[in-house]
Amino acid sequence: MKYTSQMVAKPYFIAAIGLFVGQILFGIIMGLQYVIGDFLFPEIPFNVARMVHTNLLIVWLLFGFMGASYYLVPEEAETELHSPILAKLMFWIFLIAGAATILGYLLVPYATLAEITMNDLLPTMGREFLEQPTITKIGIVIVALAFLFNIGMTILKGRKTVINLVLLIGLVGLAVFFLFAFYNPDNIVLDKMFWWFVVHLWVEGVWELILGSLLAFVLIKTTGVDREVIEKWLYVIIAMALITGLIGTGHHFFWIGTPGYWQWWGSIFSAMEPIPFFMMTVFAFNMVNKRRREHPNQPAVLWALGTGVMAFLGAGVWGFLHTLSPVNYYTHGTQITAAHGHMAFYGAYVMIVLAIISYAMPMLNGRKAANSAKSQIVEMWSFWLMTISMVFITLFLTGAGILQVYLQRMSDNPLPFMVVQDKIELFYWLREGAGVVFLIGLIVYIASFFIGKDEAEPNEA
Amino acid sequence: MSQAFTKSMARNIFYGGSMFFFLLLLVLTFDTVESLPQTDNRENLTAQVAKGKHVWENNNCIGCHTLLGEGAYFAPELGNVHKRLGKEGVIAFIKFRPKNGIPGRRSMPQFNLTDDELDAVAEFLKYTSEINTQNWPPNIQG
Ligand code: HEM
Ligand code: HEM
Ligand SMILES: [Fe+2]
Repeated sequence: MKYTSQMVAKPYFIAAIGLFVGQILFGIIMGLQYVIGDFLFPEIPFNVARMVHTNLLIVWLLFGFMGASYYLVPEEAETELHSPILAKLMFWIFLIAGAATILGYLLVPYATLAEITMNDLLPTMGREFLEQPTITKIGIVIVALAFLFNIGMTILKGRKTVINLVLLIGLVGLAVFFLFAFYNPDNIVLDKMFWWFVVHLWVEGVWELILGSLLAFVLIKTTGVDREVIEKWLYVIIAMALITGLIGTGHHFFWIGTPGYWQWWGSIFSAMEPIPFFMMTVFAFNMVNKRRREHPNQPAVLWALGTGVMAFLGAGVWGFLHTLSPVNYYTHGTQITAAHGHMAFYGAYVMIVLAIISYAMPMLNGRKAANSAKSQIVEMWSFWLMTISMVFITLFLTGAGILQVYLQRMSDNPLPFMVVQDKIELFYWLREGAGVVFLIGLIVYIASFFIGKDEAEPNEA
Repeated sequence: MSQAFTKSMARNIFYGGSMFFFLLLLVLTFDTVESLPQTDNRENLTAQVAKGKHVWENNNCIGCHTLLGEGAYFAPELGNVHKRLGKEGVIAFIKFRPKNGIPGRRSMPQFNLTDDELDAVAEFLKYTSEINTQNWPPNIQG
């Protein structure tokens, strides 16, 4: 590690992994509720488990992005972080606000939470992924501003690399588009439309810039390929991401009361959205093939390659599957959507955060470049366990989705929703099984931090 | 990537391309907002409907259901539930959920809504069912 202030990344990474565990536990609870309907009812109704599951996901990914920034921005800028104290303070504020919000979901009925946080003053609650009380949302904005200030000042005073610049644009975009979370008109069509300015413009817009820059950083470090080459790729990838993804927002405007022309704009542009994801895969493999060094940290390289492949499968292939409006007419809001959501989030954002953690953690723990061989083997096992089980989760949900679409929306005698759900129960059991394997993979992942802790690291080959 | 294609060309495509398509998104968004009155059923957006939307949000209905296909996939689509059950049917369904659920089945919580809240949320769902959604969902089952 080159700069002592990079150390502030460590608590961010640890918190991220901790919250990841919580996310998966609630995923398993929901998976069970899908087949044993009254499991934990009325203590933890499905909607509560779902909020915990998805909000923990977003929060831990944000912890991951922030930790990643605190780690790589000083190194790229070749200077200490502007204010490590501010970074530590924001860590605690974010963690406490996050924990309090999750406890609020679990301990009181949602309507009570809305009441005690005075949602009526500025109603923003009760919308998917944006369930947080308004006060929490304001807290998120404050933490984001302090974070951007800290990162921005560091970049300003130091070396300005393309990676830092792209990361900064992505992070600023993340904060700016989050502001749409505060816009909640009485008109449900307007509400839905601008809701996507947070959700879509995040995952298929500015987050791709963050993803690209983190991937580029890990690849520069682990392959030793010339920066010029990597930066050129990065620019092309993010250019394609925004050129296709901005108008691609239209794939959410087919059936929510918006004009019919979006079926054209949305289908055509979002059909091209897989391009940047495909380029990421090619990029990652190309750079690793052209490597000038054998980096001793093999899992970091594995996660980086995995990100390319799985992001392309989850976002690119599974996204394309249902993005054309004549297809989406039938698949909209079914298990097909859930299948895609899982693999895309895992492949793109979970895996890139785990890649940067994998790269940075050995140094943050005082090692030169890598963990012991034993620890690396365990970590690679966890990679395969989690990744393969996620593939199966996706396949089982896709199976459920195809049957659901057929029985409920396409057959001559369409059946009611709940009748169909009973008929496809088997797929939900299989998904739950795959989910348990995912949890085992996650436990193995955490074990890798403790196994072979006192053993020496392998030498650079 | 080939040598003739330089980094600064790539950078220019990024800045130029994203600027252009961001502006295009703004233009299309503006046009959509202008033309929404033709499709979003706003002439029926009464105070009671607005109130119903708050009841909908304050009880996190979207955490189990979809509304116009967006939300969770655990429970039925509600954008057209007014057409399936009618206003009285919707109210009765919400009102009579057993507190401890239905053994072994996916259960909807008992929200203890007042009569006025029940009326409001039913009005909200009626309003939603009249939005022009380009003929989605494909059939009454949602
Ligand atoms: C990493 C990038 C991506 C992530 C994390 C992601 C995630 C998601 C999630 C979570 C949803 C469900 C939203 C909801 O709850 O309503 C969704 C919906 C959707 N996504 Fe993606 N997505 C990504 C990229 C893509 C791409 C590249 C495409 C197209 C090629 C795509 C096409 C769609 C479509 C069409 C829907 C709407 C499904 C429906 O009508 O129900 N996504 N995505
Ligand atoms: C490992 C076991 C997991 C299980 C059993 C599980 C289960 C579930 C269930 C039942 C839902 C709700 C679907 C509905 O609304 O009806 C859900 C939603 C969601 N989960 Fe998971 N999950 C797991 C892991 C993950 C992971 C690893 C991620 C992220 C990479 C993730 C991201 C999401 C997202 C983004 C949604 C919202 C999807 C949408 O709106 O389309 N889940 N999950
Ligand atoms: Fe999207």
